[in-house]
Amino acid sequence: MSATESGAPESGLAIPELPVNAALLEKILVGFLREEVGKTGATNVVVGLSGGVDSALAAALAARALGPPNVLGVQMPYRLSSNESLEHAAELAEATGIETMTIEISAQIDAYFADFPDAGALRRGNKMARERMTILYDQSARLGGLVLGTSNKTELLLGYGTLYGDMASAVNPIGDLYKTQVWDLSRALGVPASIVDKAPSADLTPGQTDEDDLGFSYPEVDRLLYAMVDLRYSRESLLEVGFAADFIETVGQRVQRSQFKRRLPVIAKVSARTIDRDFRYARDWGL
Amino acid sequence: MADRFTLALAQTSPKLADVEANLEGYAEVVADAAGQGADLVVFPELSLTGYHLKDDVPTVAARLDSKVVARLKELSKQTALVAGLVEESPDFHFYNSAIWFEDGEIRHVHRKVYLPTYGMFDENRYFARGGRVMAHDTGLARVATLVCEDFWHPSTSYIAALDGALAIVCPSSSPAHGISAEGEQDENARTWELFNRATAQVYGIFIFYANRVGFEDGVGFWGGSEVVGPDGQVLVKAPYYEPALVCTEIDLGAARRRRIAAPVLRDEDLDLTARELARIRRSRR
Repeated sequence: MSATESGAPESGLAIPELPVNAALLEKILVGFLREEVGKTGATNVVVGLSGGVDSALAAALAARALGPPNVLGVQMPYRLSSNESLEHAAELAEATGIETMTIEISAQIDAYFADFPDAGALRRGNKMARERMTILYDQSARLGGLVLGTSNKTELLLGYGTLYGDMASAVNPIGDLYKTQVWDLSRALGVPASIVDKAPSADLTPGQTDEDDLGFSYPEVDRLLYAMVDLRYSRESLLEVGFAADFIETVGQRVQRSQFKRRLPVIAKVSARTIDRDFRYARDWGL
Repeated sequence: MADRFTLALAQTSPKLADVEANLEGYAEVVADAAGQGADLVVFPELSLTGYHLKDDVPTVAARLDSKVVARLKELSKQTALVAGLVEESPDFHFYNSAIWFEDGEIRHVHRKVYLPTYGMFDENRYFARGGRVMAHDTGLARVATLVCEDFWHPSTSYIAALDGALAIVCPSSSPAHGISAEGEQDENARTWELFNRATAQVYGIFIFYANRVGFEDGVGFWGGSEVVGPDGQVLVKAPYYEPALVCTEIDLGAARRRRIAAPVLRDEDLDLTARELARIRRSRR
């Protein structure tokens, strides 16, 4: 590899590109959804449609795996949510043929924060994400379906999501794909370009973008995470291939400090067999 | 021993920890294969139990004198079969075993020696380690059985070849992982295919590779079961990621022809290897 976009010097060490093989990924992920959903006895899934690319890709995969009528996309706007998000969710429904419904969450969110008017954007955003989660689980109970996960690997590693909010689901087809892989696969599967090409946003406050929030771009951080996590490059090797020391530090700390979001709560051990420590069964146990 | 026989590879999708359901599946496959004239059916590793058993290992384990094993013996009256299951020893150890059944009897038990316990694998936590790698005679050919990871240790196929095996029977539960930009299979599948072809060609030996499919806890198994001939040519190939039963005729004369063309095994210096291994062993003490 010659000099990289980030200005890395020529080096014997080179980080391979994040691979995307759309045909193979589609085959594996569609098979995953068909089997892991089918095994539970459910025939349908419920997915929160944000208007963004992650939920669009998850919905598109589910539509292929289970058939469009068996995928319910739920739009759950707050009064400050952008109209563009709603339009993009509608475009996705049109493109994939999935069912959709819209449930406003403004009334319950505003009622709660009426008692806590000083709450900042983070608390409000987390509350909204958890409100949406309760709606998805209720709708999945109504339909006897499962909640489809929409967190990608970049978000999961950075902890850029709400615990028990948008991170909650029963099955997640895209949790092992970095954001840039999500973009590539989405294009290949025909997710509308308006959704794939726009700046990613949690849409918690008007005009917000993920990359402003995080302080780095997805292509940059995906390259770093891929080298750090998948390829297990040491700090020295990361420096050698041209990543800035403070970038490595910031991202490394984010991954470490968000570990709690990727695990069950800590359980105090007192018995001989403690859940998830020495009581170990597959999640598919008995299915 | 026969010069020619018909081999079937059963690329199944076992139900996790449900021996009864998987035994039913075995019976259907054996009947189907026998109907197609198969003399032998090779099933994948742990295909009677599923793979991610964890604390269920003792629950699904079968002793060699159990009813489950008796039913497998019964099935082998239709066609010889290699089954993959959790074997419980009389002193209560649990082995990841592949058992060769023929004419209603057990011909050979191979207990997996190399239990992967790294990355996504945790086998040594649950299984006892086997202690033997050897070729054995059957009604069809002299063969050696290696279970999945065993085959990744070149020493095992070396032993098998020197011990006179004409075929390596390899039941596998190999997961799909690693995506590269090209190709219709994952990286792990590609590595296996490389090993199978290379080993076949180096020793002039057949490879009967039976891999499973299906998903357990999000982990998919890639299938792609195959028979590779002693010249490295693929004689039959099952599809990736989907259940299948594939059959092919085995002509042992192909091993003879390969070994005439490239007599690597004839020229292999076993004494040299033994001496050098003994020296390395001493130096490591």
